[in-house]
Amino acid sequence: MSERLVKFAGDNGLLVAFVFVGAIMVVAYWLSRHAARGKVHGSAIAIALGLLIAFWAGADTGGKNGVADYPLLAGIGVLGGNMFRDFAIVSTAFGVRMDDLRKAGLIGALSVPIGVILSFAVGAVVALAFGLTDPAEITTIGAGAATYIVGPVTGASLGVSSQIISLSIAAGLVKAVLVMVATPLVARRIGLDNPASAMVYGGLMGTTSGVTGGLAATDPRLVPYGAMTSTFYTGLGCLLGPSLIYLVIRSLL
Amino acid sequence: MPILGVALLAACTLVGLFAGDLLGAALGLEANVGGVGIAMLLLIALTNLPGRRLGPETPAGSGVQFWSLMYIPIIVAMAAKQNVFAAVSGGVMAAVAGVAATLAAFALVPVLSRWAQRP
Repeated sequence: MSERLVKFAGDNGLLVAFVFVGAIMVVAYWLSRHAARGKVHGSAIAIALGLLIAFWAGADTGGKNGVADYPLLAGIGVLGGNMFRDFAIVSTAFGVRMDDLRKAGLIGALSVPIGVILSFAVGAVVALAFGLTDPAEITTIGAGAATYIVGPVTGASLGVSSQIISLSIAAGLVKAVLVMVATPLVARRIGLDNPASAMVYGGLMGTTSGVTGGLAATDPRLVPYGAMTSTFYTGLGCLLGPSLIYLVIRSLL
Repeated sequence: MPILGVALLAACTLVGLFAGDLLGAALGLEANVGGVGIAMLLLIALTNLPGRRLGPETPAGSGVQFWSLMYIPIIVAMAAKQNVFAAVSGGVMAAVAGVAATLAAFALVPVLSRWAQRP
């Protein structure tokens, strides 16, 4: 019976995922209305609930994919996977005004290299403070502070140990989770309420999952602007990390 | 027909992602460079073509509109499949590096946006 159910759920994974996410949304909007009296947006609570369940599932299964590691919920991995994520992000560009993009185009584009260098610098300083001395290892931690993809890509090409690589992935995951959770809380203070600041924010943060999750919880209309710049960040980080930034860090030490 | 909108959206996404993939490969990277951004620009350009406006109220537009309304649920599913356990249990150095990088970037947002607003 339970074997049959698992196989059945696996064959209909995407449908199970729709029901699962729908249930999270119902709970989140109920909490938003009653527990938070409308002060915290339902989508922010839904994302936080998703992260919380993912934590609990990771502790329980020991896997890397949150709830998607339960065979019954494997469909979450499809719905929340890169294909649907990218498809949905692109769809948010529908209704974007060309003028808004052009207005903040230059500073939005500049914010990407500034964000990449800033993250590497902060990550490298933290690595130094924790007693790392090898420039390749310091660069890898800095890369992880950029995004959890830049970390392992940089680490692999600099040939550091797998322990340092997993630390850099963890740093990137901390950033992604924190950006998702904290963005709606600080949005007003950092003036994140218009397309121009959303483009700057996307370029500075760079973690696509963090940025798109954070903006969804803040104001869904800003999503396309932040997503547009953040999508160039990981590529630039992978380009600069093992080359220019590594050379700079090596020459500074 | 709504499927025309969905097909347009999927085609833009595919072309953009593949272009980003090729761009990454040309730079010698194992990463997609700006694929989603290219796809978004493509969609914006195609839906703003003069003479054939594709509004959300048109049948084809509703096909695209549907997916942008599904955006938040998809992000919730993405959140639910993150490796949060590894993030939380990754050790102090990873946590400090991730938190510090995030705070520094948050702090810089108003500084750079002020530049953007300057005429």
